[in-house]
Amino acid sequence: MTKLLSMNRRHFLQASAAGALTGLAPGLIGSKATAQTALTVGFIYVGPKDDYGYNQAHAEGAAVIKGMPGVTLVEEENVPETVDVQKTMESMINLDGATLLFPTSFGYFDPHMLAMAAKYPDVQFRHCGGLWQEGKHPANTGSYFGYIFQGQYLNGIAAGYATKSKKIGFVAAKPIPQVLQNINAFLLGARSVDPAITCQVIFTGEWSLAVKEAEATNALIDQGADVITCHVDSPKVVVETAAGRGAFVCGYHADQSALAKDKYLTGAEWAWGNVYTNFIKAAQSGGKLGNFVRGGLKDGFVKMSPLGPAVSDEARKKFEATLAEVMAGKFSVFKGPLKDNRGNVVIAADKAYAEDAIDLESMAYLVEGVVGSTS
Amino acid sequence: MTVEANDPGMSIAAGGGTSFRPLLEWLARRAEPVAIGLVAILIGMALFSIFILVIGKSPVTLFQLMYTGGFGSWFSIQNSLSRAAPLLLTALCVALPARLGLVIIGGEGAVVLGGVAAAAIVLPFVGTVPPILLFVFMGLAAMLVGGIWIGLAGFLRHYRGVNETISSLLLAYIAIALMNQFVEGPLRDPASLNKPSTKPLPAEYMMGDIPGMDVHWGLVIGVVACIASWALIELTSYGFAARISGGNVRAAQIQGLPVGKLIAGFTAVAGSFAGLAGMIEVAAVQGSANASLAAGYGYTGILVAFLARHNPLAIIPVAILLGGIDASGGLIQRRMGLPDATVLVLQGTLFVVILFCETFYGRFRIFNPDLWKRSQ
Amino acid sequence: MEETGIGIWGVPLAIFAGAIRVSTPFIFVSLGETITERSGRINLGLEGTLVFGAMTAYAVAVLTGSPWLGVLAAMATGSVFGVIHGWICKFPKVNDIAIGIAMMQFGLGLAFFLGKPFIQPAAPKLPSIPLGGWSTVPQVQAALNINVLFFLGAALALFLFWAFRNTRIGLILRVVGDSTDAARAMGINPDTVRLLATAAGGSLAAIGGAYLSLYYPGSWNEGISSGQGLMAVALVIFARWNPIGCFLAALLFGGAGALGPALQSIGVTQGYYLFYAAPYLLTLIILIVTSSPTRSLTGAPGALSLTK
Repeated sequence: MTKLLSMNRRHFLQASAAGALTGLAPGLIGSKATAQTALTVGFIYVGPKDDYGYNQAHAEGAAVIKGMPGVTLVEEENVPETVDVQKTMESMINLDGATLLFPTSFGYFDPHMLAMAAKYPDVQFRHCGGLWQEGKHPANTGSYFGYIFQGQYLNGIAAGYATKSKKIGFVAAKPIPQVLQNINAFLLGARSVDPAITCQVIFTGEWSLAVKEAEATNALIDQGADVITCHVDSPKVVVETAAGRGAFVCGYHADQSALAKDKYLTGAEWAWGNVYTNFIKAAQSGGKLGNFVRGGLKDGFVKMSPLGPAVSDEARKKFEATLAEVMAGKFSVFKGPLKDNRGNVVIAADKAYAEDAIDLESMAYLVEGVVGSTS
Repeated sequence: MTVEANDPGMSIAAGGGTSFRPLLEWLARRAEPVAIGLVAILIGMALFSIFILVIGKSPVTLFQLMYTGGFGSWFSIQNSLSRAAPLLLTALCVALPARLGLVIIGGEGAVVLGGVAAAAIVLPFVGTVPPILLFVFMGLAAMLVGGIWIGLAGFLRHYRGVNETISSLLLAYIAIALMNQFVEGPLRDPASLNKPSTKPLPAEYMMGDIPGMDVHWGLVIGVVACIASWALIELTSYGFAARISGGNVRAAQIQGLPVGKLIAGFTAVAGSFAGLAGMIEVAAVQGSANASLAAGYGYTGILVAFLARHNPLAIIPVAILLGGIDASGGLIQRRMGLPDATVLVLQGTLFVVILFCETFYGRFRIFNPDLWKRSQ
Repeated sequence: MEETGIGIWGVPLAIFAGAIRVSTPFIFVSLGETITERSGRINLGLEGTLVFGAMTAYAVAVLTGSPWLGVLAAMATGSVFGVIHGWICKFPKVNDIAIGIAMMQFGLGLAFFLGKPFIQPAAPKLPSIPLGGWSTVPQVQAALNINVLFFLGAALALFLFWAFRNTRIGLILRVVGDSTDAARAMGINPDTVRLLATAAGGSLAAIGGAYLSLYYPGSWNEGISSGQGLMAVALVIFARWNPIGCFLAALLFGGAGALGPALQSIGVTQGYYLFYAAPYLLTLIILIVTSSPTRSLTGAPGALSLTK
């Protein structure tokens, strides 16, 4: 047990040192990591902590900070985006003495977290995915998110080399900016390999709906898609169904290579442990917590699954070259000229968006080559 | 017998002899559900303790935490009341038709469509009418839509012979699909980004909290609705007719009761309460209509109604009990490291035992009002 | 059209394949509930039994490596849930609908609680029979990869249809379901018959759960069921307590459910929520068209509390 703990600690120290070296998040103050102020941190998840996906990724991040000295972790799962989450936050503050809260689902932001932040100005709230704005939102709140569409772009590169039918498929929950970014990035990655590739998208309408996700995967493969990825809360079903039908798979949220074996190309994964570690260190050293924290692959917010055996040498070369460009901060996934799938120009020819461009966070279109509709 | 049931009787008994007998009769009748219910809860807790012991945790800690989290402080009580508020209305959606012998399980549909209707009707009025008038509009729109939705199940039952249980369930699924289509389609506020929602109510148009409390007005509305429903059933001729029809439709028809209209009317009223629950979610909690309207309040309401034996007044304590269990669930997760499902197991155990103990109604002479008539 | 896709033909194929893939849980739960309701009881809690069955089957398959042992274990636990329901409901004044709802809560809670350790591991899946060898189209081959349980369900529907009419047990079941007093007069103990009928119903519902976790979609997590257990109970009323009707209703429901994804896959993308509501809407319309106020309860067991 002691050994396990010490290993954990060493691991996180390494991780955070790496984070500090790469100049982690804009707005996060690099801490000296010596203070051990007692700190109770609350995590709230919208689904079960072990869903092989979105919530598990956050819970694993929370598990990393659990080992930090002076930190008490309190967690609550399956909290709906209703008055329940407001009361859960209050309960963590009043009954557990939490002073830093991480409500991890997008729907917690407005009105629930904002209401609680106004009521408890001494408590810090950091929300996953929200668009915090100076002046509009309270100073004791903030948001953090990762540019995981970079990972989906790299998924797309692996998919572009693997597809024979030149059709790839995407099982998506809802047509919201975070999902549309991923769909578009996946296709753009594939089109960087072969501009003839198209991507079929199916929206299931819910974040977690196992049978419909399986049906959607089957429908995509019936229409000739031979590489599948997804953006739903728990990708397990999509990954297993696609691999079972003989299609290649790119993972999402977490490493699903064990579920698809040699059909797994790569995957876009969260690395929340780094993000949370840095928040905690800033809080413990009395530094200011960032209000608008974003990061991508180079910042250690997001990582890629190791490339699978089906990835060709040519694909590997292009994948690694692009990854290196992304890590160097010189790569734009979304750059002009770019049309949406209704023929409108959405990015002018001379324009290129860096990953931190705020416009990207309100993306409302599917790019040319994606078959699907946003409503 | 419980202390609170005994106490007022004793004080009156000391006061005078003439009012003694009817009061005892009344008490005996009222004490039965309370006493049986409390004993059932104790048995359920004992059974659940065994489960907790088997998984190697302390039931004492667990029940202490449940008390702390549900009722142990003013904060916890308000937490429980907040969670109970929507259940009052959705339970009525089940309890009222049950008086006619109908089993409606699709209240969720009326909740979500009521919410959408309430959010949709505000758009042209924001800024031009005072908040209180807007709430009236929202409430009426929600009640109308909810009433039509569940009333349809009642209508189909009587005039087409379609089973209301299945039709209300089907209608609930259809309602949720419609809600999603509206919220992500024509009614979507483009600024709602990652949580598709309708245009939010401005802050001054939010319903707000009960003065001095941290609980929104939905609680008051729910309690009033329960009392009004009780009055409808117990004090009006409609309620009387409904009870007769619920007992025996044919007998009611022979007596010339308008069974069809009663069924359509009661289901419509029931649905309008569920619709109102949706409006309150929009006006007091969410500020807009979105997928969180389908939070399961309609389904939990079924359980509340059955536990309350479809008595509108009993719905109030049952909903608060459920709210309390719900409120304490988080604390159990956080302090004991138990998964969320623990609370579901507790609820299941508790409810099975409570419902099982209904078999003891009428078994104990002490609760028989006639006993008290004769003994004096 | 791409040469690899099958274009517009994908829609009828998806409806056909979806009917087979998605219907099996509905078939088993509704057949189980038919047995229970024919005895005069209603068990509304089969959703809990189904999910507990899904968990048990998956867990046992992970631990033993045999999916069939998983199915058997699920059947055993399902019948335990049925026995509890049946035993409690034999007491006077106990409402079987209410107990069902409470048992649903209990089953879901217990399944989620005990199922935690089995979310991550992968279980061996139930085998399917490849019947599409004659076709050169991979999509048709995939659609005709049919699970053994589907055929078992179809056979069971035929058997029950026959057995309700032609066997002594079927007769006893129907007598008990139609009139408690008549059953007593014949020297039958209605409580015992209903207990066994509810146990059988629970055990079949658990097979439906096993199909979900061990074949399609073939995974265990807390979101594995999207209300199949509850909907299947409703389908029994839709099918008017006729086993073959249950089978057809399940097929219809599964096929209509495949419509939404299939239409999107060929580019019909507007209004997908409404397509997803198709199974419910279709069921409701058929129900309205085929019902009439005068003969609404044809086939309904007389002692059933839902139809009184």
